[in-house]
Amino acid sequence: MPSDLELSLYVFMLATFVGLEIIRKVSPLLHTPLMSITNAISGICVVGAILVTESAGDSTFGRVLGFIAVTTSVINIVSGFLITDRMLKMFRKREDPKGSAKP
Amino acid sequence: MIAHLVQYAYLVAAALFILSLKWMNSPATARRGVFAGEVGMLLAIVGTLLVHDIVNYQWILVAFFLGTAIGVPLAYKMPITAVPQQTALSHACGALAAALVGTAEYYRDTPNLHGFTMVALIIEMLLGYLTFTGSLMAAGKLQEVLPTRPITYRNQNLINLTLFAIALGIGVRLILVPTDTYLFPFFAGLSLLFGVLLIIPIGGADMPTVIALLNSYAGLSACAMGFALNNKLLVIAGALDGSSGMILSIIMCKAMNRSFIDVLFGAFGQVQSAKEGGKEKRNVHSASPEEAAAILESASSVIIVTGYGLAVAQAQHKLRELFDILTRRGVDVKFAIHPVAGRMPGHMNVLLAEADIPYDRLYEMDDINSDFGQCDVALVIGANDVANPGARKDKDSPIYGMPILDVDRARTVMVIKRSMSPGFAGIDNELFYMDKTLMLFGDAKDFISEIVKELPK
Repeated sequence: MPSDLELSLYVFMLATFVGLEIIRKVSPLLHTPLMSITNAISGICVVGAILVTESAGDSTFGRVLGFIAVTTSVINIVSGFLITDRMLKMFRKREDPKGSAKP
Repeated sequence: MIAHLVQYAYLVAAALFILSLKWMNSPATARRGVFAGEVGMLLAIVGTLLVHDIVNYQWILVAFFLGTAIGVPLAYKMPITAVPQQTALSHACGALAAALVGTAEYYRDTPNLHGFTMVALIIEMLLGYLTFTGSLMAAGKLQEVLPTRPITYRNQNLINLTLFAIALGIGVRLILVPTDTYLFPFFAGLSLLFGVLLIIPIGGADMPTVIALLNSYAGLSACAMGFALNNKLLVIAGALDGSSGMILSIIMCKAMNRSFIDVLFGAFGQVQSAKEGGKEKRNVHSASPEEAAAILESASSVIIVTGYGLAVAQAQHKLRELFDILTRRGVDVKFAIHPVAGRMPGHMNVLLAEADIPYDRLYEMDDINSDFGQCDVALVIGANDVANPGARKDKDSPIYGMPILDVDRARTVMVIKRSMSPGFAGIDNELFYMDKTLMLFGDAKDFISEIVKELPK
């Protein structure tokens, strides 16, 4: 059986290749929204932040660090997704009625 | 039972994140991508909250509330011109979260930490802390609360590398002997300091590359957290983020014909300033708004080249009016976008989309360069270096070899410019002195308004 480390390395390797392939296909038109959505996704740190806050138990130090980490992650998640959507709403084709982003 | 379910929630979330980025490949599916990302994130958070006995409930709840209260106005109140700063701040937030989680874990588990987990924690904290301060510096430069020109001093690279080496050395020591907790503050402090020193020598023109690079670091730091916590979802999300930032910074580097090493250690602005003096006065042709309007009116195809100066002058909406009038008159109007136009990858596209210019009229450099030869008028607004033919011909030019928009191949070139001052990179532009070039001197917004007034509705 592979160890946790080995499994994680496999996952990392595969995810990197998937990421490189997918991102390469993203139109340069959308590179800014792409960056804001990857920021939102990097807010997944919130999972680690929640775990750390909980396992801190009575340690004020741990709880404060966890608290700040949860807050900044949530800022990333909320602002990242909202601003991506706000920008994407602006992309319209010609002859398209206002307020719709569909082609 | 629930402990197993949460693993499946993470699995689905990871798939949704991949789909989310995949759907970003076209404007038609991109908003679906945002939705997929949101659902994935919700699954991951709810799953995490359900599976653990929540002791510090109130702390987490308050943090969620606070984060939302800050995040919502940040997303809606921010002008689109300020998105690069917002993005940099966002990298700072993500990196800080990763660094603090790593720190908390380190102090919590110190006596029992060893080997591999410690390696992951050190990488997580090193990248996290340096990206935190580095991104704050980048945001400050973009917001122009900090000087945008490179700040340099003697032996800068040597000092920076030495500091980095010391930080790394302490990191290695902590990996070998995790109980040396007294070393930890030095490690964190040096990482924070290195982030600052890394960014101050970088000039404004290189910001798009730097932002993309910081994006990558923030992602890799989250990835290292995944290794430390043995959480595959974090590994996947971090790897996606890291590879995205990496690809974007490679694209930016290519678009400026610079290498990573140049960007990080180069301090671009310096090289040319020495070359300036001793330039003879050269003649340019200038034109009035009436003349410009007359030329545009009789053209059948126009390519507009925009740069960040357009946004600085707040001229996007006036430009849309001009676009509408010309289009209605049957003129074929296209926009040519250089990859480094704006302050971050793809920034110019969003600025023009905000002004309601249809995105199927925005063309990337490689798609439009062959069209310049057949176009009647190329109108350059707020752009300079990206349309400098010197990059193609002049071997001595500091931007020699940088791919440019072939504006000089159009039949007539018009350039709206405040004065003859050189651009971001401080380089003189041959384009302005060509016989077929008309300089339109003035503020972009005012000048375009004047042209619009002259054109029959």
